[in-house]
Amino acid sequence: MSAVAAPAPAARVERWTRLSGGFTVLLAGLVVLLAFGPVLWSENALNNLIQLYFLVVLAVMWNALAGYGGLVSVGQQAFIGIGAYAVVFLSLQHSLEPYLAMLLATLIGAAVSIPVAAVVLWLRGGAFAIGTWVVAEAFAILVSLDPNPAIGGGTGTSALIPFNTRYTPEQRLHYTYWASLGTAAVLLAILFVLLRSRLGASLQAIRDDEGAAASVGVRVLLGKGVLFVLAGAGCAAAGALILAWQLSIQPLGPDSVFGVNWSAKMIFMVLVGGLGTFEGPIIGAIVLYLLQTYVSSSGVWYFVMLGAVAIGFALLLPRGIWGTLQERFNVQLLPVGYRLRGRA
Amino acid sequence: MTWVNAVVHGILLGGLYALLATGLSLMFGVMRIINLAHGSLALLGAYMAFLLVEHAHISAYLALVPVLPGALVVGYVLQRTVLERSLRSGMLVPLLTTFGLLIVIGNLLQEFFSPDVHSLDPGAIGPAAWRITSRLSIPAFDALILGIAILVLFLLQLVLTRTQIGRELRATAADPDAAELVGVDSRAVYARATAIAVATAALAGVFFAMRSTFDPTSGPTQLIYAFEAVVIGGMGSLWGTLAGGIVLGVAQTVGAQIDPQYFALAGHVVFLAVLVVRTAVESGGLRVRLRGATT
Amino acid sequence: MTALLSVEKLEARHGLLHAVRDVSLEVAEGETVAIVGANGAGKTTLLRSIAGAHRPSGGRVVFAGEDVTRMPAHRRVKRGIALVPEGRRLFPELTVEENLRVAAGVRRPGRWDVDAVLEVFPLLEPLREKRAASLSGGEQQATAIGRALMSNPRLLLLDEVSLGLAPVVVDAVYRSLATLLESGATVLLVEQDLSRALGVADRVVCMLEGRFVLVGTPAELTREQVMEAYFGLRRSAA
Repeated sequence: MSAVAAPAPAARVERWTRLSGGFTVLLAGLVVLLAFGPVLWSENALNNLIQLYFLVVLAVMWNALAGYGGLVSVGQQAFIGIGAYAVVFLSLQHSLEPYLAMLLATLIGAAVSIPVAAVVLWLRGGAFAIGTWVVAEAFAILVSLDPNPAIGGGTGTSALIPFNTRYTPEQRLHYTYWASLGTAAVLLAILFVLLRSRLGASLQAIRDDEGAAASVGVRVLLGKGVLFVLAGAGCAAAGALILAWQLSIQPLGPDSVFGVNWSAKMIFMVLVGGLGTFEGPIIGAIVLYLLQTYVSSSGVWYFVMLGAVAIGFALLLPRGIWGTLQERFNVQLLPVGYRLRGRA
Repeated sequence: MTWVNAVVHGILLGGLYALLATGLSLMFGVMRIINLAHGSLALLGAYMAFLLVEHAHISAYLALVPVLPGALVVGYVLQRTVLERSLRSGMLVPLLTTFGLLIVIGNLLQEFFSPDVHSLDPGAIGPAAWRITSRLSIPAFDALILGIAILVLFLLQLVLTRTQIGRELRATAADPDAAELVGVDSRAVYARATAIAVATAALAGVFFAMRSTFDPTSGPTQLIYAFEAVVIGGMGSLWGTLAGGIVLGVAQTVGAQIDPQYFALAGHVVFLAVLVVRTAVESGGLRVRLRGATT
Repeated sequence: MTALLSVEKLEARHGLLHAVRDVSLEVAEGETVAIVGANGAGKTTLLRSIAGAHRPSGGRVVFAGEDVTRMPAHRRVKRGIALVPEGRRLFPELTVEENLRVAAGVRRPGRWDVDAVLEVFPLLEPLREKRAASLSGGEQQATAIGRALMSNPRLLLLDEVSLGLAPVVVDAVYRSLATLLESGATVLLVEQDLSRALGVADRVVCMLEGRFVLVGTPAELTREQVMEAYFGLRRSAA
């Protein structure tokens, strides 16, 4: 017993190191630089980067749930679909400015996630996973049954008209580029602030020991609820961006906006990058983006590989690329946690 | 009378869902994990039977003779190679690995069997039905599946209560460390549980494939139905699984009676409604506990 | 004569807590050794390390001439080590008889079967079909000891069999134990109740902060010596 009562070794707890402070400034600078993309790069490059940005959004949102809240969702595609369809509904049916519709779609995603959270957050582990999936399936069916011609039922719909009547293809590309870059940057910033708040500390407690954290029951649920609503909004935003990027969408099937393949991609990105690390999902998104660009972006072998690599990382390298590097070199580029300096 | 017919059909359909859900429930009961690949393993069983029917020209029933032992082996090996390792790494990893399996199995099936829709021939019993009145009939094949589901549950219960393997399963489910201390190899027990679970999944998959069409994307749907049955019936209870399957089946057939497109949706709605009711009861309980803690 | 159990320089930790430090112990066939000590002295961890329920961080456990340090618990049961764990750890949904039968799976030959256990613990006879969760503390303890006997162990490890039981129940449990001990069983038991420990043991070991601080036969040791070792009085005085 006396061993644990020994005086604490000389150590210093710190948040901002010179490295992480410098890196945060660098990252903010990078976002500013990327904002000049439309004047610097080709149409093709912009199209690719839009893809990368919404993958980053999806990975970061899924990691917020699983990595910080311990919530493995295989139903976030519910919100991707809701975001995409909300844009179609608002811009086609109500002739709303498409980019304003995208912003509203994000808020709709947040609003819908609140009652969903009230149901599924009581579920644990695998029950939560399938519960969210059922929700996604139910939304997909509801959309496919909608008789509204703008929604298009099971055959899907397109937002070609609202975008093309207002913008030239080049304008659409540029605006979508800025919207996706802005969405990724804003969501990362919100998560960053959230994790550094008191809520972030209690989320850390949930992750470390749910049983002990449950003694402050309500706050655990609140923490998970905040993450779930953030992820609902973020995934809806990603869905809106996906719509603006590919214009036409379908509600049914694994490859649709409500499809479970989105969950496969999110899980792949987060596991490869590093579950529960701030930087990991960004790296995972870059890896997936490179795979899609240079190897394959569809087809059965692409998904076989996604699944197999995800299993491999879960079993053999559960901390992912970034988590493993972080452990080995004790670096943190973004100051979301605390580091112990001196004797550990 | 059409409504009565819908309810009767739903009850019979519940047999298929109970059969699908049995293995999921067993694995949850013993290891506290939900195997997200369960529906995909059921579908794998269906495809293996399909392969035998196509190439060995045997009936789908006869195909069960090699498929079921094969599924036992698949389950055992799956546990020993992948799941056992994932179980050691906390709660999230088994979910992530079984989800990965779901994606891999579904897409491999698509690669080897094409995305086309198939079905297995149930034989003469397929279209047979007992006509009670002009608007009420009992499909013989669905009744057969319900009978098999009850038989499987009964046999499983017999194994669990009357055999050493069953006692070891229940002991390990309750307290794996204590089970180890009385000489039970918990890892072997887990492997047996998964083997049984995958075999029942394959059995359900073959009957599902005889009852309706299937394609490589059917696995997740079967997982969701099985899970809904398990949750409605109360997690981890064997006979509750049958009750849950029947409730789900009735919800779907009654929903389809309103509009054929409401079939799956009605099941999802009932499932979510059960969750909401449970949530209300539990949060009521939570409020009582909190009040107790503050006084 | 070589010892049935020999523990060599054993070290065990719970995270940062160093629970067992450099412990060596030999138990001969037929011997009864009692380990006494205050809460947190490392007694339970030592027993669990011997049974295979806790992985030691150093040292060796040798049983019947075989190094079993890295062997999983269920295989040690097959070799003849059985632990009655702290808190009984019965399987609550299984009946008394099922709790006993589950432990017969190792199929070690010997005199113990359900009937033999019920003979030693006659109070269990009418409870055979009762769920373990519905039993009283004493009945549960009897079932737990019986369950350990079902594997016909060569070495029986008993952890705090009297903990949480009424004195009259403890008497009954110890009466049954006495029958067992007279039959020549090899027993290593952890007991907080000093007089009980001194009453049944051939040898008493006192543990303090993970170490053995006193070893002797009940005849050699005075109660005061044990009390001093128990609370670490000598060490703090030094």
